[in-house]
Amino acid sequence: MNEDWMLYEVFIRSRSGLEHKHVGSLHAADARMAIEHARDAYTRRQEGVSIWVVPSSEIVASDPGEADALFEPARDKVYRHPTFYAIPDEVKNI
Amino acid sequence: MSAPAEAGVAQASTAERVEYLLRLADTSLIAGQRLGELLGHGPALEEDLALGNISLDLIGQARLLLALAGRIEGNGRDEDALAFLRDAPQFRNMSLAEQPNGDFAETIVRQCLLDAWQLETYESLTGSREEALADIAHKAVKECRYHWRFSAGWLVRLGDGTDESHARLAAALGTLWRFTDELLTPDALDARMAVCGIGPAPGLIRERWEMRVSAALAEAKLQKPPHQHYPWHGKRGVHSEHLGHLLTEMQFVPRAYPGATW
Repeated sequence: MNEDWMLYEVFIRSRSGLEHKHVGSLHAADARMAIEHARDAYTRRQEGVSIWVVPSSEIVASDPGEADALFEPARDKVYRHPTFYAIPDEVKNI
Repeated sequence: MSAPAEAGVAQASTAERVEYLLRLADTSLIAGQRLGELLGHGPALEEDLALGNISLDLIGQARLLLALAGRIEGNGRDEDALAFLRDAPQFRNMSLAEQPNGDFAETIVRQCLLDAWQLETYESLTGSREEALADIAHKAVKECRYHWRFSAGWLVRLGDGTDESHARLAAALGTLWRFTDELLTPDALDARMAVCGIGPAPGLIRERWEMRVSAALAEAKLQKPPHQHYPWHGKRGVHSEHLGHLLTEMQFVPRAYPGATW
């Protein structure tokens, strides 16, 4: 593997109307090559109709060390889950 | 495709139609087998997958074309019989397709020159009066567009890359350019196919191929080599030594174990 190649994150939209989902990452020399590699690596079995690639270095990630501060406060707020409502049987897709 | 109004498949003999289909089929088959040799040897995992995908596209084209040739021939030979039970002199692939992979530059240059030819040829064959061939061409042309995009992308990347990558590409171009005239110069059979409305009009492929390849070479900062007369006759069954070695490997299992299945 050439050290000059950058890491890209790959997002695939499986069908029109659905969102792009992260499927993995790969190496490429530039964005165009990343799209081609993504096509060959991640859409071989007709998994997608659209590809996004993003340089991994451009992704801003949350700091695992701050996990307590970021996520802990939500723990005792179970009322935020809409689980207290009775859902009529006729309602689908919730 | 411009053919005389009275042109038609009926004007061509069965032998001519089969012979012409074998040129297309064998070129795809042999190029696909060559690329298949690289599986596990690509310069990166991602390139390995790309080359493998292209190889499978080419073998897929060959299967359809060989099956069609077998049906038209009417002697009971199916795609497997045609692929695995013919010897080198019966193969009709372009000499360029059988040239060895060499280094990555040679592989890329060979594919680039061949992809451009296949792309223009199948584009034109979508209007063929051999209707089943036109159907295959519709499928193949989409694959060829991607193949060209891949190989021309690498041609530019390496040609306009480092001193070493440029030098290697220039050397590969010098080695392989002599095989391009066979692709572009129609012989008697090509001329017959054009008259019958089955194959492209004479000169059409050369014109489009040269435009496409010249643009890519310019972008890759590579000099177009001088024209070389063509003494290569792969499409008439006269092959370089390389084809025999390729066939030995490709045909070994079906010949050693006739009728074997998965």
